[in-house]
Amino acid sequence: MRELIKKLTSIYGPAGNEELISQAIREEIEPYVDEIEVDVMGNLIAHKKGNGKGKRIMLAAHMDQIGFMITHIDDKGFLRFSNLGGISVPYSINRRVMFKSGLAGVIGYETEIDSWKDITLSKMYIDIGASSKEEAEKLVKIGDVAVYHPLFSESNGKYISGAMDDRAGCALLVQTIKNIESTPHDLYFVFTVQEELGLRGARTAAYALEPDIGIAVDVTATGDTPKCRPMAVALGKGPAIKIKDASVLAHPLVKDLMISTAEKHNIPYQLEILEYGGTDSGAIHLSRGGVPSGVLSIPCRYVHSDSETIDASDMENGVKLLTKILEENIDFNDIGLS
Amino acid sequence: MSDLLRRLTEARGVSGNEDEVRQLIIEEVTPLADEVRVDRMGSVIAYKKGTRSNKKVMLCAHMDEVGFIITRIDDNGMLKFATVGSIDPRILPSKRVRIGDKAIPGVLGIKAIHLQEPAERERAVKVSQMYIDIGAKNKEEAEKLVKPGDYAVFDSECVYFGDNKVKSKALDDRVGCLTLIEALKSSYPFDLYACFTVQEEVGLRGAKVAGYSIQPDMALVVEGTTCSDVPGVDPHKHSTRMGEGPAISIADLASYSNKKLVSFLIQCAKNANIPFQIKESISGGNDAGEIQRAAGGIMTAVVSVPCRYIHSPSSVADLDDINNTIKLVQEFLKGCEAI
Repeated sequence: MRELIKKLTSIYGPAGNEELISQAIREEIEPYVDEIEVDVMGNLIAHKKGNGKGKRIMLAAHMDQIGFMITHIDDKGFLRFSNLGGISVPYSINRRVMFKSGLAGVIGYETEIDSWKDITLSKMYIDIGASSKEEAEKLVKIGDVAVYHPLFSESNGKYISGAMDDRAGCALLVQTIKNIESTPHDLYFVFTVQEELGLRGARTAAYALEPDIGIAVDVTATGDTPKCRPMAVALGKGPAIKIKDASVLAHPLVKDLMISTAEKHNIPYQLEILEYGGTDSGAIHLSRGGVPSGVLSIPCRYVHSDSETIDASDMENGVKLLTKILEENIDFNDIGLS
Repeated sequence: MSDLLRRLTEARGVSGNEDEVRQLIIEEVTPLADEVRVDRMGSVIAYKKGTRSNKKVMLCAHMDEVGFIITRIDDNGMLKFATVGSIDPRILPSKRVRIGDKAIPGVLGIKAIHLQEPAERERAVKVSQMYIDIGAKNKEEAEKLVKPGDYAVFDSECVYFGDNKVKSKALDDRVGCLTLIEALKSSYPFDLYACFTVQEEVGLRGAKVAGYSIQPDMALVVEGTTCSDVPGVDPHKHSTRMGEGPAISIADLASYSNKKLVSFLIQCAKNANIPFQIKESISGGNDAGEIQRAAGGIMTAVVSVPCRYIHSPSSVADLDDINNTIKLVQEFLKGCEAI
């Protein structure tokens, strides 16, 4: 699992540019699934067939990461950019970035500014060491996208890297695909695109697949650091079963299915209420006439920075829980809520 | 072209009230298309059957424009209003408008500067401080001419001026409508759906249902877009530059253009020696956002004419940019079937 997470977080794949990460995931899972395809939007969709007696389940983890889109190259060879997804100013100052080619850059800002509070993205630039526009244009063109430079660390049972959001979710799905021995369900594992730009890939994939149930796997924030915004989720206490965020109220049937499966198999879990943000289930549950949907979340500190931090045991338990959910029969009547 | 552009930009068509411009477009496209229909939202869809393939290509330009809606008539006969679509209130004082089906003339008024409190002078003017003056003596007189819910539109004539420039209201997106009408003059191997959409300025609404009902193999959106190559703006904030050709979008806040379509557009421009630019900002959004996400997903791209002072009664565009946009779209249509 560690090696898988390290591999997936190191691969370039900002929103709208998921080709490389898509290829890497495809190579990981191809031997374990029945069919695999890439749709018009770029979603990677892997189908694992059931026995015809189960549900049609869409699992979603987004492949894309936030990034910096180059919008202008100045005469001195400095690059101006816009945010692609939720980039914040303080998390970006003097950070290192990487382009698809592997080219490195540093994010600087116009230092004539009096106060740090006045720094906006339009007053920042990327320095790729070029000394002229011509030199820069040989390496980068308008529309190219950089991501936080990947660097994986492990510390006391925690994994640290950029792009944990949501390569951790991708890794969880990949490991689940490998672990599932048999399933009654038709499983569609969708590695979605452009989640960070508004849940776009999940929307079209859900329309095309018409699932009975949708489950997204994504990171969520925690409330376990000094004087942080209060939130009842902590690293190491198990995968989080989402109650709500700003995009979705988890369907009670799906939420209770997750809880009852965790309890039945003694898998630690926690319940998550995220007061902001959203994930692919926000798009899936509103597809066509509606899809009962939930979210399995991976607690993560410092989300949308280059040092997103998760707990190794939460990943292991997340895989265990999702594998059990997908291997067993699902009869909503059994959990008394139909 | 110049006469049709004048008629298109001068036609009234505030979002939700596109009747006049829709009628004009229907008249223009009926002789060119195999079938012209108005969908339930009010968008005009001109269909031209392909000569041999069943591929569906959608061209999209929105026919609506930003404007105003009357919310209340005061006792003194002055009209209170709200904006329809995004308009910077600071450009509004003293602008002329036309209200309702009868095109009643009015002027956007505001308290004179010497009567404003010091704090008011410091702040940017707000819509709530303004009113529309239609010269009525009192409420009763005003009610004979207008009613709440009537739409108002900038009153601005189309003027060709300067070095090959045009000034008009609603260049966003009548330049796109013009491009689509020109495209309908040729025949194509594939089925062409030229969509003149409603309510783009209030949230890409017409395109949402048009994209879903057509579900094309690909869609090209033709727009008028921001151009800030003006004094006091750093070059990296220009977005587009006037006279440098049609702007091709990589992404904006609503859509991420399909890479194959973008490369093909660039290749078309290069092969036909059409100047072009890559749009240098990702702000804003347009119909491509909804079309791209319709049903199971659709390949989209966006080509835009740079327009200075967009969303005002005096937006400015370059005629070469418009002609080159028309050319680029035609080149695209010649070869897009192979994508």
